[in-house]
Amino acid sequence: MNTTIGAIIRGDREVFPPYLYEAYQSTRRRSPTLPLIEVPLTLSDLTGPGPVISAVTPEDADLTRNAGTGGEAIGQRIIMTGRVLDEHGNPVPDTLLEIWQANAAGRYLHKRDQWPGPLDPNFLGMGRCLTNAEGVYRFLTIRPGAYPWKNQPNAWRPAHIHFSLFGPSMLSRLVTQMYFPDDPLHALDPIMQSIPTEAARARLIAMYAHDVTEEEWALGYRWDIVVRGPQGTPFEASEVTR
Amino acid sequence: MSALLLTGSQTVGPFFAPALLREDARRNVLVQPETAGERIRIEGQVFDGDHVPVADALIEIWQANAHGRYNHPTDQGPAALDPSFLGFGRAGTDEDGGYWFETIKPGAVPFNATQMLAPHICVQVFARGLLNHLVTRLYFADEPTNASDPVFRCVPDERQATLLARREDRDAEIVYRFDIILQGAGETAFFNL
Repeated sequence: MNTTIGAIIRGDREVFPPYLYEAYQSTRRRSPTLPLIEVPLTLSDLTGPGPVISAVTPEDADLTRNAGTGGEAIGQRIIMTGRVLDEHGNPVPDTLLEIWQANAAGRYLHKRDQWPGPLDPNFLGMGRCLTNAEGVYRFLTIRPGAYPWKNQPNAWRPAHIHFSLFGPSMLSRLVTQMYFPDDPLHALDPIMQSIPTEAARARLIAMYAHDVTEEEWALGYRWDIVVRGPQGTPFEASEVTR
Repeated sequence: MSALLLTGSQTVGPFFAPALLREDARRNVLVQPETAGERIRIEGQVFDGDHVPVADALIEIWQANAHGRYNHPTDQGPAALDPSFLGFGRAGTDEDGGYWFETIKPGAVPFNATQMLAPHICVQVFARGLLNHLVTRLYFADEPTNASDPVFRCVPDERQATLLARREDRDAEIVYRFDIILQGAGETAFFNL
């Protein structure tokens, strides 16, 4: 247990952000300051709710129409698809993905989001689906707008979609954000930049996929997600100084 | 086969509730009338480094059933499954940082062929400002086997109390209180999992 106070990192320091990342102000009073405890893996960690949480309907994966108003969300229609894999490249089938996002104007349907971007009455900004037997997920949604926040002066979050997924065990639980390619806001965003390496940041960016794009209907994006596998490779003890 | 680079973690942010806490996605109540086991209520508050309640946290729990069996294909132990108990809970915190679950006390599950783990509940914490979720465990303060638990024993003595839920009997209800302190005095012991 060699983690240095002030640089508490969970797991792989090439991939996971530190808990304290001062440029992202909310981390300052919410990040633990004492070393994470190294513990042996047990059945409690190698099991998890992923395989048995499966209540979704086909409508849940269509964010352009799932507001239940009969109307369609405004914005650039996109198909978001990809595979969920474990670190050995094996597909993770039948696992729940839950997503949420701002509307095309960058506004969330949430009482705490009060910036003067317009709401869209036909857009809830939430969806969910299960991966199929090959680990493939697919959502129909609209491209979210950039979103202003108060972290620093004139701060804008790059367009992003939040993803939550379970995978095979407690070790594979992941909440993350997917970004769009070629966005100049990436370099200015402390949340994205908290990911420590260029390679790991690139993992969070979807690719335009012309083979997914449907003629006169929607642009296609592909984004694969890699989670820890069912064997539960333990994280190495961090050896981090700063 | 060379390992693929994992997808990194990002904060759950402030706006997850409509998706993750919608009526059919939150799971404060883990039990059904036919679920086997001793009913318990788990209550607690989440605090930041200034001891200010964290009003926008998401708490998820995972536990074995009353017989000590996980509802998961990796658990092939001899203990019985309970078809009316999944073992997964998900709750948001309120304006006071408070959260609650209604569940059953889990049975002990095996560590290896000769040793059992003390009864415990796995806890994961997500919030704005947490770039990764936090992982910890709730142990029961009135459980005599904690001291020999191979995971609990990894926690330095002076921090073990942060993992102990204290029993309060309230009317006919058994309540275990488990506060989660993200930072500072009394900081909860979190695991590198």
